[in-house]
Amino acid sequence: MKNSIINLYLIVVTLNFSCAQEAENKATISLNAPFSDELFVDNLQIPWGMAFLPDGSMLITEKEGKIIHFLDGKKIIISNVPEVYQRGQGGLLDIVLHPNYKENGWIYFTFSSEEGEEKGGNTAIMRAKLKDNTLIDKELLYKATPNTTKGQHFGSRIAFDNDGYLYFSVGERGERDINPQDITRDGGKIYRLNDDGTIPSDNPFVNSANAKTAIYSYGHRNPQGLTKHPETGEIWDNEHGPQGGDEINIIKKGANYGWPVITYGINYSGTPITDKTEMEGMEQPIHYWVPSIAPSGMAFITSDNYNGMKGDLLVGSLKFQYLERLVMNGINVVKREKLLPDLGRVRDVKEGPDGLIYVAIEGKGIYKLVPIN
Amino acid sequence: MKFFLLLYLAIVTMSFSFFYQDKELEKSIQRGSEVYADFCVTCHLTKGEGVKNAFPPLAKSDYLSKNREESIKGIKYGQKGELVVNGVSYNGTMPPMGLEDDEIADVMNYILNSWENKSTKMVTPEEVASLIEK
Repeated sequence: MKNSIINLYLIVVTLNFSCAQEAENKATISLNAPFSDELFVDNLQIPWGMAFLPDGSMLITEKEGKIIHFLDGKKIIISNVPEVYQRGQGGLLDIVLHPNYKENGWIYFTFSSEEGEEKGGNTAIMRAKLKDNTLIDKELLYKATPNTTKGQHFGSRIAFDNDGYLYFSVGERGERDINPQDITRDGGKIYRLNDDGTIPSDNPFVNSANAKTAIYSYGHRNPQGLTKHPETGEIWDNEHGPQGGDEINIIKKGANYGWPVITYGINYSGTPITDKTEMEGMEQPIHYWVPSIAPSGMAFITSDNYNGMKGDLLVGSLKFQYLERLVMNGINVVKREKLLPDLGRVRDVKEGPDGLIYVAIEGKGIYKLVPIN
Repeated sequence: MKFFLLLYLAIVTMSFSFFYQDKELEKSIQRGSEVYADFCVTCHLTKGEGVKNAFPPLAKSDYLSKNREESIKGIKYGQKGELVVNGVSYNGTMPPMGLEDDEIADVMNYILNSWENKSTKMVTPEEVASLIEK
């Protein structure tokens, strides 16, 4: 009798534990989304990133290598944009303004660059200013090495924290067994720089022999989402897993996020990468997706514009072509919902200075979510 | 006798070039599988099954067998707009991958000879080079 009670207890506990992430891994279609979608910028190919200028206009990166200034309903192509290494997932990638853009005019963007000796390319971050539709004062702040002709995992999202530090990601460039766990190599890392590109003296690996001292965290696969939490000020990332095992992580100084030693995913061929999903000294994601949704940009809703959605996290799905709403309770995902189904591959999502959500969709353009009250 | 000798030589030459081509095709398919694993597998998946309503299947694809040139151009210059594969309509965007002509030939040979697709006519870098974007 006593045994059966213990057994019953164990079954209940086991069920509870095994269901926890299980429930989160089912996204339901949202039936009463408190907004309608309105096409704001039309006719874009692969709008990888977007930034809002103080005058209400917008800068948009097209992966093929263009920066578009969208002003008064017109698209102006910015000149003097650096040459991008056009291969696979490479191209002109994210774009972000300096937090004090009004005073200093700095624009930061990432791209795949051929700079260097070897054939191929790797992720670079540059800052420049905009004058008469031309980029001026261009400064290359960081260029990952070595170049490779591999087509995948450039990472490249950019975010600033409340102290003005600049964070950006570089994916592992298709070298999972060489790059992510080695702090003397680029790739599979999130980096932290001062806004002028110099390396902060308290970066975690400044005193480690041969380390790339710009590294802030490592063991990443391909982070294509990076954003600041509106309340805690922490930097959150999302990253593509292999087949299964996309993750959301909170980025901590010097932390190891485990790829490819631990993962909730498997190889595309169906064979295992590792039998471990956790290990001492390696961070657990706050959420993982199985199956993979192929997460792109992400943004928190900080305004009251959308009824009941304040504090929720939005993440684009490239694979299933919708915008995912993650209802958060602190760092726990309470519920997942599909927004904007069937519009196309969602590449980026941002909250504008007007408190409205803008969603960049491949082959379409940028949609504005207009609240319904 | 002279006739038979000529015939014999002709057969030897032909079979040599046949097997040679076969060997070349085999090598190209092998290289193509590596290109596929690098550039294509994320969307079109390991068995070319694609993702319903998002990325068209390459496995047993009627589009591929009927549109050889368009398929090569799709890889070379990117693909946009509606296309119908195995009776299902797709309207997505595939960016150009920035592959060299020989890599495009290799990956085409891999796709055209995998997952129940069959093509005896090998794609060559010369054929890829000759196709110009309209």
